[in-house]
Amino acid sequence: MPNQVMLGSENIDFMIHGVFSYQFFGHTVWITTTHICLLIVMILIIAFAAAAGQAMKKATEVPGAFQNAVELIVEMLDKMVKAVMGKNAAKFANYIGSVFIFILICNLSGLMGLRPPTADYGVTLPLGLMTFTMIHYNKFKHKKLKGVVRELCDPWPFWAPINLISYVAVPVSLSLRLFANVLSGVVIMALVYGLLSFIAIGWPAILHVYFDIFSGAIQTYVFCMLTMTYVTDAIGES
Amino acid sequence: MEFNENFILGCSAIGAGLAVIAGIGPGIGQGIAAGHAAAAVGRNPGAKSDITTTMLLGQAVAETTGLYGLVIALLLLFVKPLLP
Repeated sequence: MPNQVMLGSENIDFMIHGVFSYQFFGHTVWITTTHICLLIVMILIIAFAAAAGQAMKKATEVPGAFQNAVELIVEMLDKMVKAVMGKNAAKFANYIGSVFIFILICNLSGLMGLRPPTADYGVTLPLGLMTFTMIHYNKFKHKKLKGVVRELCDPWPFWAPINLISYVAVPVSLSLRLFANVLSGVVIMALVYGLLSFIAIGWPAILHVYFDIFSGAIQTYVFCMLTMTYVTDAIGES
Repeated sequence: MEFNENFILGCSAIGAGLAVIAGIGPGIGQGIAAGHAAAAVGRNPGAKSDITTTMLLGQAVAETTGLYGLVIALLLLFVKPLLP
């Protein structure tokens, strides 16, 4: 039966598609467009990193254009981490910087005609879970078991289940925020290109500027900012 | 009791419409944030860049609840979890 709810919407396409499938221990596993886009993004980032490493190996006193750009990026990321984490910045600057660049390039890949990999919950949930692991690893490392138990039973001991729920809510809300923001951009762009394809010439660039560049950059910043805030909070004053 | 597939799809569409009403909350919240940021810039124009950054961060976090509604609406429309 044809889907009557979405009648006249054959051109709208923002779903993830399977490219090919293979058998893995009896399960059918699909390689989807998300994997392909992630691969392209990864190749871009690795190529840039390799070029930056080569440029830094023969760094000069007066930097050239490329070396200048690389130094600018690193300094900007370091400053961002330093502003939130203070004296713990040195330990986390690498991770936060890598995640920042990865999410930013993922969100901007909509400009290259790819489906942004971050519009797949399978990409953003692991990012949220990594933050979750970092928070609790650092909590146990710095506050010890006693401090963690005391924090769990914060106002009163019977409050513990509610605190547990709030711990679990952190990765869920972090990942859903990033996912839904990028997905909303993807859906609106798909609607514009699908339904208005005969007049969609030139002017959708304005929408790309908002949904891909502005929204993508803001969400990247928010993700990294919240990760840093949570981890700083977990480390505490000690 | 048995329901026709079209009935379930229609109800899913109504549910999706109701779910995006969640957009009202973030709209009010972001408006309040922007209004207070404008007042703050008026009082202290020197801190404009700091205020803008804080405002955008707060607005992006406030947006989350609206996006939950959007996710539910999209699930109802495209994943169709209620169909047998």
